[in-house]
Amino acid sequence: MTAVEIDVKYVAHLARLSLTPDEEQKIGAQLGNILGYIEKLKEVDVTGVEPTAHAFPLVNVTRTDEVRPSLSNEEALRNAPSTANGLFMVPKIVE
Amino acid sequence: MDYEAVIGLETHVQLKTKSKMWCGCANEFGAPPNTNVCPVCLGLPGVLPVANEEALRLTALTGLLLNCTVTRYAKFDRKNYFYPDMPKNYQITQYDKPSTISGWVDFEFNGGLARVRITRAHLEEDVGKNFHFDRNSGVDFNRAGVPLMEIVSEPDLTSPDMAYEYLNALKDILVYGGVSACDMEKGMVRCDVNVSVRPKGQTELGAKIEIKNMNSFSGVRKALEYEIPRQIEVVKKGGKLIQSTRRWDDTTGITEEMRTKEHAHDYRYLPEPDLMPFQPTDTWLEEIRQRVVELPLARKQRFMRDYQLPMSDAQTFVWDVPLGTYFEGIARQAKNPKAAANWVINNLRAKLAEAQVTLPDLKFKPAGILELIDLVDSGKISTRIAQEVFAEMFTTGEAPARIVEKKGLAQVSDTAAIEKLCDEAIAASPGPAADFKAGKTAALNFLKGQVMKFSKGKANPALAGEILERKLKG
Repeated sequence: MTAVEIDVKYVAHLARLSLTPDEEQKIGAQLGNILGYIEKLKEVDVTGVEPTAHAFPLVNVTRTDEVRPSLSNEEALRNAPSTANGLFMVPKIVE
Repeated sequence: MDYEAVIGLETHVQLKTKSKMWCGCANEFGAPPNTNVCPVCLGLPGVLPVANEEALRLTALTGLLLNCTVTRYAKFDRKNYFYPDMPKNYQITQYDKPSTISGWVDFEFNGGLARVRITRAHLEEDVGKNFHFDRNSGVDFNRAGVPLMEIVSEPDLTSPDMAYEYLNALKDILVYGGVSACDMEKGMVRCDVNVSVRPKGQTELGAKIEIKNMNSFSGVRKALEYEIPRQIEVVKKGGKLIQSTRRWDDTTGITEEMRTKEHAHDYRYLPEPDLMPFQPTDTWLEEIRQRVVELPLARKQRFMRDYQLPMSDAQTFVWDVPLGTYFEGIARQAKNPKAAANWVINNLRAKLAEAQVTLPDLKFKPAGILELIDLVDSGKISTRIAQEVFAEMFTTGEAPARIVEKKGLAQVSDTAAIEKLCDEAIAASPGPAADFKAGKTAALNFLKGQVMKFSKGKANPALAGEILERKLKG
């Protein structure tokens, strides 16, 4: 398998993960292996095979536009670490 | 050197559905915070979204209204980013296979018609709403998962005014089609503006600056009025613009660069594995076609063309659809459609407002208005009496001819009777009579008014004028 260069720090940042240098090393290698495997898949001849977005041969799964009961505010906020006035409280959002 | 602006708009519109996009929570503005929420729209683990069929229909309908192609294969994708108003840390949207593509909007601009091409109108979901406090922020997820349509224009707009008119035209179309209520106050329409400048004649585009999250059309216009000269200034001074995102501050009237993180735009789109592709059938599309309405501009042009109406009347019938439809019902048989339009706009509309009733409540038959116009045109009643007859038919629903007969309102064109009234008027007002003889022709109008008064409005005014003049001159 060919090792694929990936920017582990960048990918970790996108996933909001903070990794130690050891973890970066370890996970970088693992991700490299996975991408190497994808490289291998690319060798398969897919001429004549339609691309698909999903493995299931299902389409048009919809629901009718009807209102159904929601959670109560208490229930909705039950697992929230911090709440006030019916809102989920979070650290100050800086745009 | 002269510079020109190149503007494209991404317009987000909340769809008029009862429930949210992926769950049965109410799509409702103004509910107490976090009361229209459930595990699906809160992004709790293990839940499955199911697409709202009506939202798919409204998106396809929009496509038809905007002259787009409704695609036969659409799918949903995850757009990944972290922001507290996005409970799942990804927004479900349509990335490379949107529901509709390639259309256009025609609208009135600068005394003519302008066309802006539409790249696509795709379906996605709205996010929650943040409230900022001194030390922290609060999030309400009632809006999260509300069906949101994004309409992307080609960069065909060239001025702030043009952008403003385009947005208004777009809004009118969506309201007309019943796609969205487009209530600006409720944040149902929001806009991202892309604008760049380049020397006139250059084909290559300048660096694209995005102004995010505008919630009023006048705001878009003001932001562009600020941003375009700012960019031209930078370029003129030899500076270089770089692709970036700015925010419009309505109170200070300036745009400012937002703190954008280095990798903020790496959204890592991937096909949403929880949702199946959508492949509309012929029958489904035919049902949507049945919902296509005549667009506001087309309606206005048709009213002007078919009934020879001035633009203002046509515009009234565009804004007030039921009134316009009512007018059309009688205009087709009208000898003089403009007269019918006057009655409908000036008299009927006022009466409806005064009595606080609507068109279906009307007691008289629509043809009654035509009958009334005929009575005036044939000289049977005066226009003043016509007002009285109209008020009566509005109240009782009786036919105008019958009212005229019953109340003895027919215009008096009997010369002898009018002669008598004229003599009375002259005798009662020697002053104005003398004035007229002395050359003040306007005094005749006063005397004519007296004759009308004595006749309770029934005298033929033209005839009265003639007789008065003859008598006074003789």
